[in-house]
Parts: sequence; C-alpha cells; structure tokens
Amino acid sequence: MAVVERPQIYAGTRIPSPVPTILEVPEALRLSDDILEINFGPNHPSTHGVLRLIIELHGERVVGLRAVVGYLHTGFEKNMEYKSWWKAVTYSPRIDYLSFQANELVFVLAVEKLLGIEAPQKAVWMRMLLTELNRIHSHLIWLATAALELGAISMFWYCFREREQILDLFELVTGARMHTRYFQVGGLAEDIPRGFFPEARRFCDRMPKAIDEYEALVDQNEIWLERTKGIGLLSSEDALALGQSGPVLRGSGVDWDLRRDQPYLAYESVDFNVPVYENGDVWDRYKVHMDEMRESTRIAVQCLNRLQRMDGKPWSIDDRKLVLPPREELHTSMESLIHHFKIVTEGYRVPEGEVYTTVESPRGELGCFVVSDGGAKPWRVKFRAPSFVALQATATCMSDALIADLIAIVGSLDTVMGEVDR
Amino acid sequence: MPGFVESRNERGEQTVVIEPERLVEACEHLREDGFNFLSDVTAVDYFGWGSKGVAGYIGTASGRNLNAPGSQGLERQPSVKPKRFAVNYHLLAIPDGRRARVQVWLDDGESVPSVVRVWPTADWHEREAWDMMGIRFEGHPNLSRILMEDDWEGHPLRKDYPLGGEPVRFSGDE
Repeated sequence: MAVVERPQIYAGTRIPSPVPTILEVPEALRLSDDILEINFGPNHPSTHGVLRLIIELHGERVVGLRAVVGYLHTGFEKNMEYKSWWKAVTYSPRIDYLSFQANELVFVLAVEKLLGIEAPQKAVWMRMLLTELNRIHSHLIWLATAALELGAISMFWYCFREREQILDLFELVTGARMHTRYFQVGGLAEDIPRGFFPEARRFCDRMPKAIDEYEALVDQNEIWLERTKGIGLLSSEDALALGQSGPVLRGSGVDWDLRRDQPYLAYESVDFNVPVYENGDVWDRYKVHMDEMRESTRIAVQCLNRLQRMDGKPWSIDDRKLVLPPREELHTSMESLIHHFKIVTEGYRVPEGEVYTTVESPRGELGCFVVSDGGAKPWRVKFRAPSFVALQATATCMSDALIADLIAIVGSLDTVMGEVDR
Repeated sequence: MPGFVESRNERGEQTVVIEPERLVEACEHLREDGFNFLSDVTAVDYFGWGSKGVAGYIGTASGRNLNAPGSQGLERQPSVKPKRFAVNYHLLAIPDGRRARVQVWLDDGESVPSVVRVWPTADWHEREAWDMMGIRFEGHPNLSRILMEDDWEGHPLRKDYPLGGEPVRFSGDE
C-alpha cells in the first residue's frame, strides 16, 4: 500500500480574491488559449441534487470555478409567511430532506422561544433521540453517496441497509418515513408508541458493528486513501472566515459543536465526545462523519435509557390554546371541539419579537431567524442553511485541484441542494 | 463602538443597531472583539407592519390576562419600526460562544456597505438578500442574483411581491 504523506495545513489564506467564492483563471493562463470551459451539472449524478459548477480547466487542473445555485428554489420562506404558525411547521422539514428532524426542531424551538414555553422532559429527550437518529441517517446517506461517487458502489448498499432501519423507526413513531412533522410547538405530536423501545435498542446495538463494517470496507482501501488524503484542503482560519460549520469545520481542526458548547434540549446531561481532526482534507471530513455516527449512537442509547423511565409522562404541554386536544375528547367535549377548530382554522398567535435559534444539524450550524408581529402567521422566517454556506468553500478547497478530485471535494462538503436553494 | 445607535437585550439575545454608513467599521471592531464567525445575514421587509391591529388570544406559558392589550378583545399594534428594511447580521464568537445581532435600518433604494471584506462568508448571504429583498450592498465584488434567474424582475421576499407572483404564460400571448 502506498504511504500517503499527511498534508501540512498551508500558511496564509487560500480564499480567492476579490470574490471569495469564485476561482478566477490567472491572467497569464487566460491568454494561453489552453483553457477548456465545461459545465458540471446541473444534471449530473454526483451533484447531490441540481448544482451547476462552471469549471475552467488547464489540462486536468481546475483553474477557474464558479458555482451556480438556485435550481431547486421553491420559496419555502415566502410560503411560510402565508401559513399559520401551526401549519408552517410542516414546511421546515422539507427544506433539508435528509436531516428533516433538525429543521423541524430549529423552527419549533424558535417559536417556543417567542412564546416563552418549554416542552416537557419527555418531549425534550425524544427530540434528542430522533435528531440523533436523523444525524446517523444523514451521515449514512453522505457516506453512501460520497463513496459511490468515488467508485465504492458496495458502500451504498451497506449504508442503505441501516438507513432503512432508521426510516422504519421513524415510521413506527410518526407514521411517516421522511418529513415526519412529529415535533410541534409545545412538545410532540403523539406519545411514543408501544414497541418502539425494543426496536430502537436493537438498532443501537447493531449500529456500532455496522460502522465497523463500513470502515473495514474503505479505511484500508488504497483507492479510497489515495482519493481522500490531502485533497480539498481547508485551513481552520479559512473555514472560520468562510463560515463553515459542522463536520467541515471539525475536519479543519476547530473544536466547536453547538451540542456541547451552546447546549440546547438536554445535551448538557448526556455524555459524548466531539471528534476533531486537524488536516482539513476529505479524509478528515470522512473520519468526522464516522466518529459522529458512533457518538450519536451513544447519545441515542442514553436517551433511550432516560425515556424508558418516563412511561406515562406528558409528551406535550397541556395548553389547549396551543396544542390540539386529544382526538377522543372531540366526540364528547364542546370545549375541545372549539379549541380544535380555532387552532386549525385561525391558529394561535405568537407574541411580537425576533429570535434566532441554532441547532447542530448533521451539516453544521442550522439557524432559524423568526420575526413575529404578534399575529397568527410568521412575519419573516429565514433559515441559515449550513449547506448554503458549505458550498461557498468549494472555490477555496478546489484551488489547484484536479478535475477528478472535484467529485470527492464537493461530496465531502456534504451539501443538500434543497437546503441550499430553499 | 463606531456608529452605535442603540442596543437591546430581548429574550436573552443581544441586538446592536448600527448606522448603515459606519457598518464596516463596527463589524471590524466586533471581529477584533472575538466575533470571528458570521452565521447569517437576513433582510427583513417591514412593509405593512402594524397596518392592522392584532387581537385574539396570544399563546403564553402562563398568562391569560384577558384585559391586557393583544389578548381577546383589545387590539394591539406592534411597535413602530424606524424604516422599511432591516438587515440582521448574526455573529458568533468561537470558541467562547457569545452571540450578537447587528442590525441596520434602511429604506427602499438605500444601500448598506458590504461586509465581504470582514467576513468572506457574507458573499452569498448578501447576494441572497439582494436577490430576495432588493437590498443593495455597496462594494460587494459580485452582487448578482443567486437563487432566482439572472433576468428575474422584482424581489420575491418583499411584502409587496405577491405569493405566486410568477406570470403565467399562455401560448396565445406571443
């Protein structure tokens, strides 16, 4: 096996100037007549959606690069302004279709902060459990597709095997495999169903072994090593300046995780490590993803332990002006019927104000800025999408890279185009 | 701080309002102060804000004071905003974890200086604010549309831009 030199993080900045996101062809090369301009995407199997990169090549070397996004723009934020708070929750998971729980969580947390309410403990721990499972789900898809793009097709099938189990768990709890809309303002939409805990435990027992299997597949694989080590370098200073977060930031040696450093939900009461790697290459981002899956499994087990002792506890606050009354009451109670009607038609009102909440989504810092005028609909909702920011690092990571490494580098930034374009 | 107008702390979030003219100076000052991470740039359009009073039950954790303005019966107006648009910069200091929001106010047609030179990550955030809200960022190296097409007319997230504002073309329209 070839010995791969560990790369040194470069000195100084590599962020292109004057536009940080556009790699410009050097003037001397531009005149040389040897530049080939090609379109990578928007329809390309390796673009994780519809990303278009305009690349200028000199031989096999990428000398110019510009990203064009917006092909998936659907106007989620505009639409949310026209829906009552209660209905707007449904939009948030669809923004990032791989980490839907995190998007749902950040919006619900923002509305709860405006209202000044706190969800009951059972809801808090269940939210943590599901977002951690969702993190594993998202990382699995990242690993599956990133490896697939580098030719490791079998990885795809292995990862989707475990992903299927996670989706089955979501289906068991919420009735939906994706876009669950299980979190809602005040707690959860339903109680945890019977039969969930044994299934979830079986998965948590299985997952560490599955991660060992993935690592056995690629960790010693010469092709994988050659194609990931020392590729797509991003120093910690550049990562911070470019606003990178999540695995990209931690792969560049910045020890920062919102779950540990600005705990929300009940992350201060669980025990987990934050993996950090120093070299800022594709390999390190891969290692961060793998370690995070292990840590997420650990958190999930701790959540399960806690939740199993909460049987019979409330899963949602008991404020009939905010959460729907139990279904069975509608047949016997006039009051409940009125409350149900009022919430579904008019919705509840949220006090005037503006809040910015952040959670650590699988892709990094996911923020939600919400402005309310005191009415029944949000005045403005803005999602700080980590994928949108991650794509800005493409030009920096790609400087002096070869065309063949483009796939590995863009893949390692773990972008979901639905979230980029919103 | 340069260009300081006012500062408020609501719901545990620190907001600093800055004069648009001195935004870059203030941002450089904040970056020196440890805010090395620009999390987000959000433009908000307050067109029509407070044009109708809000009444009805306001969900709160404890209060059901029916005699307070804004609860059932009595109408309440939201607080007056100084200008039409606000641009919010959400800052984070890594590793000590402080957060702050820098806010500038402007009317339609006015511009704010770009902070791309302070935090390169502002590049796409500002392009998005221009595309969606029509906020012009002075000194941005590449202020073009990012999510909408290059020849799009209007700025879709403005309040006077209707939902479903895309014109429908018919074959007989030629």
